[in-house]
Amino acid sequence: MEVMDDRFVSGGFQTSKLDAVLGWARKFSIFQYPFVTACCGMEYMSTACSHYDVDRFGAGLPRFSPRQSDVLFVVGTISHKLAPVLKQIYDQMADPKWVVAFGVCTCTGGFYDNYATVQGIDTLLPVDVYIPGCPPRPENVIDGLIKLQEKIQNQKQEV
Amino acid sequence: MNDLHLTLQAQFPDDVLEVHNHFGDETAVVRREKIQEIAAWIKKNELFDLNVLIDLTAVDGSELKWKPRFEVVYHFYSVRKNHRLRLKVRADEKDSVPTLTGLWPIANWFEREVWDMFGIRFEGHPDLRRILLYPEFTGHPLRKDYPVNKRHPLIGPKN
Repeated sequence: MEVMDDRFVSGGFQTSKLDAVLGWARKFSIFQYPFVTACCGMEYMSTACSHYDVDRFGAGLPRFSPRQSDVLFVVGTISHKLAPVLKQIYDQMADPKWVVAFGVCTCTGGFYDNYATVQGIDTLLPVDVYIPGCPPRPENVIDGLIKLQEKIQNQKQEV
Repeated sequence: MNDLHLTLQAQFPDDVLEVHNHFGDETAVVRREKIQEIAAWIKKNELFDLNVLIDLTAVDGSELKWKPRFEVVYHFYSVRKNHRLRLKVRADEKDSVPTLTGLWPIANWFEREVWDMFGIRFEGHPDLRRILLYPEFTGHPLRKDYPVNKRHPLIGPKN
């Protein structure tokens, strides 16, 4: 969806909708909170480093405080023992906030169909984007990031 | 091969129930009540000199119709002599195995893990609590009769 067009650069004025402008601003300032627990963290790190350059999507600055972040990246297996901690981190984030389930363990529990593992974090939190893979390649992660950007752009913006 | 298991059997003919060295792993099954005495002896003895308790775990043989049901397995290693010995004791659900915490402090956590996963009690253990799972968990998940789908979630949907 085109928010601003080229006429903006040549001076004059620009009309748009507030929702579209806010969405445009929000989708390019994705401050992530990486909640990394397992091997998916390696793939997250390679995505976050310069080779794949997620700064293109405004997602290049992970914040390690939930108060300063917009998107919760849940990266890796979540056990039942850890679940209350994850929920607390989510509750501490300020609105607007989004959740990305990174890897099959967070999507469904993956092959950990056992006594210890949460069978998908969507049993605990509302999830916006699922990135499957064990672990997902950086290209998958970037695809998920673009889908998250589309979702942020097109949703109703709470002010 | 040092035939440590045979030496041990000669030293404790009444307390070593059986020996074998399948695949070169010298193993002795000893009487449960005597494990502390034998462990202290193989730690001090010049020939054995087994100063490291590498691992302490258990096996549930209920599907193999073992009587008694569990085997607690001890792996010892000598740093100076570079040899190993495996001891086993047999225990039922209501039996308790004498602790090795006084001889090797690491036995404290190993025995807590065996208690957590198999529910085998250790007599004389200073602090026999769960170590990996949380206090709200009921049951012992590595027992063969633990239901494969049984979960104990702290938050989120119950099963």
